[in-house]
Amino acid sequence: MEYFAPTQASEATALLKKEGAYVLAGGTDLLVKLKSRMLKPNVVIDLKALPKIKAIEKTTSGWWIGAATPCAEITEHEELTKEWPGVCEALGLIGSTQIQGRASLGGNLCNASPAADSVPAVIAANTICVIATENGEREDLVENIVLSPGVTSLKPGEFILGFKLPRSQGRSGDSYLRLIPRTEMDIAVVGVGVSLSLDKAGNLETIRVCLGAVAPRQVLLPDLQKTCIGKQPSEELVQTLVELARKACSPINDKRGTVDYRTTVAGVLTKRAFKIALERAQAK
Amino acid sequence: MNDMTQTNLQKDLKIVGTRPLRPDGADKVTGRALFGADKSLPNMLVGRVLRSPHAHAKIISIDTKAAEALPGVKAVITSKDFQDLPSEFVPAGEMMVNFKDMTRNIMAREKVLYEGHTVAAVAAINDAIAEEAMALIKVEYELLPHVMDVEEAEKPNAPLLHDDMITIGVEPAPKKPSNVAKRVEFGFGDLDKGFKEADLIIEKKFSTQPVHQGYIEPHACLASVSEDGQGELWVTTQGPFVVRNFCSKILGMSTSQIRVTASEIGGGFGGKTVIYLEPLALALSRKACRPVKMVMSRQEVLMASGPTSGAKIWVKIGVKKDGRITAGDAVLKFQAGAFQGSPIGPGAMCAFAPYEMTNVRVVGYDIVVNRPKVAAYRAPGGPISEYAVESVMDEIAQKLNLDPLELRLKNAAKEGTQAPYGPKLGPIGMIETLEAAKAHPHYSAPLGPNQGRGVASGFWFNIGGETCTSININEDGTVGLTLGTPDIGGSRASMAMMAAEELGVPMSTIRPIIGDTSSLGFNFLTGGSRVTFSSGMAVVESVREIIVELRKRAAQLWDVSIEKVEWVSGHARLVGSENPKSLSLRELAEAAGKTGGPIVGGASINATGAGPSLATHIVDVEVDPETGRTTVLRYTAIQDAGKAIHPSYVEGQMQGGAVQGIGWALNEEYVYDDNGKLLNPGFLDYRVPVCSDVPMIDTVIVEVPNPKHPYGVRGVGETPIVPPLAAVSNAVSRATNIRFNELPLSPPRVLAAIESR
Repeated sequence: MEYFAPTQASEATALLKKEGAYVLAGGTDLLVKLKSRMLKPNVVIDLKALPKIKAIEKTTSGWWIGAATPCAEITEHEELTKEWPGVCEALGLIGSTQIQGRASLGGNLCNASPAADSVPAVIAANTICVIATENGEREDLVENIVLSPGVTSLKPGEFILGFKLPRSQGRSGDSYLRLIPRTEMDIAVVGVGVSLSLDKAGNLETIRVCLGAVAPRQVLLPDLQKTCIGKQPSEELVQTLVELARKACSPINDKRGTVDYRTTVAGVLTKRAFKIALERAQAK
Repeated sequence: MNDMTQTNLQKDLKIVGTRPLRPDGADKVTGRALFGADKSLPNMLVGRVLRSPHAHAKIISIDTKAAEALPGVKAVITSKDFQDLPSEFVPAGEMMVNFKDMTRNIMAREKVLYEGHTVAAVAAINDAIAEEAMALIKVEYELLPHVMDVEEAEKPNAPLLHDDMITIGVEPAPKKPSNVAKRVEFGFGDLDKGFKEADLIIEKKFSTQPVHQGYIEPHACLASVSEDGQGELWVTTQGPFVVRNFCSKILGMSTSQIRVTASEIGGGFGGKTVIYLEPLALALSRKACRPVKMVMSRQEVLMASGPTSGAKIWVKIGVKKDGRITAGDAVLKFQAGAFQGSPIGPGAMCAFAPYEMTNVRVVGYDIVVNRPKVAAYRAPGGPISEYAVESVMDEIAQKLNLDPLELRLKNAAKEGTQAPYGPKLGPIGMIETLEAAKAHPHYSAPLGPNQGRGVASGFWFNIGGETCTSININEDGTVGLTLGTPDIGGSRASMAMMAAEELGVPMSTIRPIIGDTSSLGFNFLTGGSRVTFSSGMAVVESVREIIVELRKRAAQLWDVSIEKVEWVSGHARLVGSENPKSLSLRELAEAAGKTGGPIVGGASINATGAGPSLATHIVDVEVDPETGRTTVLRYTAIQDAGKAIHPSYVEGQMQGGAVQGIGWALNEEYVYDDNGKLLNPGFLDYRVPVCSDVPMIDTVIVEVPNPKHPYGVRGVGETPIVPPLAAVSNAVSRATNIRFNELPLSPPRVLAAIESR
């Protein structure tokens, strides 16, 4: 096994085209797979020496979060946690305190697990990812990256450089909730991310709801435009959201939950996450 | 027989009952302590195990030629490298093992009986080559239908694991083989009469899942057999002498040919009382003439080492309106795993043991299934059977509108009660733990919505057994203490404390170590909550013997008879002299050369008189009515320790047992697919509780002295895992107003019950 730590993105994309090449960010998924002999890489490309890959920067349009930035650095960033509490709470649920010292947003996304905790929250937040390619960089919405368990839309040689989180302005709020049987060190049975904003009258101006662990990939609830926008956040609206969430579920029975259980709980968590995001927006 | 007077209970204790730092503490917190996988030797090989991918299959052939020919491979073994052994039962902890089965469990012979069953092992110069070699071993299997559940396995047309298994304990003996290995029955009185007298009868079925001991340290050992056949084994184990005897039997070596040294141990809970890798490492080393180290992965631990039994239980209890039990009846069906030997005996014996019964019967069945063979796990069998009985007791309390502690007090076993398994009980602390629970502020604290409080009691026997220790007075008057029982729960501390108390010296002058199997006579293993009791007894006897020797030495120096010398506060003193003479331990040690040479002693006993330990636990839970998820809010464990030598380590046992029991009650279970393959062989999905899952476990130690121990000690390590299953289940039942009778109470199960309410 060969190990590389390139300092230029172009170097990394070239190395990544080698057979059996794998990207190493925090390593919290890769090392587990190596040790359990699920993977036998020929080449491991450590991205952490690349410029801006571990940076958090405030930009004119929002935030830049480097793909390999440890979750702990993000969740301890005072201004960012104030602006995107839901996204940061999601990152703070990954693994355990020790794991969060290494685990990253880029790794969590590219591991392509439908149960990844950060992904529904960043999708709800309307996040764009910046992708390194052979010919420079390209951008895509985060919701277009995961296709099915373990499979992403990234082409050979491509990897994620970082994320562009928009500015959370005005009366807006976000939240993420997940259900696990334990309190930590577990995988989401269901996860729900909500991001919304209110107009001056207190009606919904924007809303995005994304579900995790209830389908082969994260599910962004469709049709919220006509069902929610411009409406008062009433109990009736909450019930509509619960029903839409349950309808969007196509989970499996596995060691972590049943179809019925996941579908029911997706509705419950949607309701609760919506209420948290709403309270946050109303408090502004 | 040992008959030790309990004189020490009356006198003022200076060290026993205090909380000094443990002698092994610094090494543990600095990482210096060496565990099973921490030792290496020059020229050492890596040993790996090839395991069965099938739950049940006949082995047609095993071809190891290609693996043996691979450069770097130094030895390959299969069942051909082990002699077959006749059926013979020997004790292992509180369980029995059979050598015919043991040799088949460590290496499959005719058949593989569970996924993960060992079929071959290799030793190579590194891990990569060992793995390559395993891939080159060709095993031809003929697949057989498998069975995982006791009620499926006992059916007449069920797939048969052993075609020679005739049920023991049934008269006349069945003519046909079955998967039912054994039937046991305990009890007395007239059940029909008892149930006729009852005003209320509750009858219910329960099921529990097999659960793993979940020790953090996987099985690991380092074996070295020399060219002249002398073997050394470094291993993480609860019983180095037992490992030596098992391995010598399996390998056809004499006892003196194997010297076993127990490493520090990262948890055992009963699971390290049996052997898995040890005979394989010795056999590989014998073949290769090089040291061989073997370490299990967590996956191997969960796939192939013993959990405790899953079970189906039926319980029927009759009571008068005032709560007095008139009759109790139970049937227990325990999974044994692939070979007979579930803890059905102790499980059946203690089902109703917390109570004074007049009419009682418990019938138990030991049933083989295509799962790893069960091993002992803390109070083997007790948590399972008592969970069912304590659940019914709680339902009775609800139906009769009685306080659940009052119901238990009304029926509590006490000194003189005839236990359901036969003997009359000595002094026990059932009533005392119930009274302490009633008086505890936890029991009267208010509850919020969706919250419930559960209580349950638990009984465990505890054991004594063969034990010996040696003691040396060093040249400067400090003391070397050699023990034969591995220290799992702070026993080096408690042994040094008892020795210091007896000798009248500071604990810091005593250096306790765990000896290897060549440094002491046979010691039975650390298990059955026996160490503080039995090794403590042997330590006290050793010290008392050496005090006689010290008085003799002083008498010699003073030229008086020994009767003129007494031992007071670490000094020899001349009795009745007008000018008081005194010699310190140090002065006597320094003069030893003039009085007959080194001052040494020791004791060997077969300890009897272990006293049962009773416990009552109180737990508050909150159940999320929309997700079925249970949060444990508050937990109080109350237990009779007899006498707590080092209260912190008694409390540690109580807290650890409670947490393991919470895991058993709420989330732990093996998930198998339709082919009998384990889907969750790791701690990610085999969910033992993590720290943040549990509140601080409050403890109350009750002390009802055991008259058979010099300090009144009872075992304390096992009882704490008995009450939590029922306590948690009762709390969830009361929080939801639904009686639950299946474990684990995982969120999907609880939510399904809430939704169909």
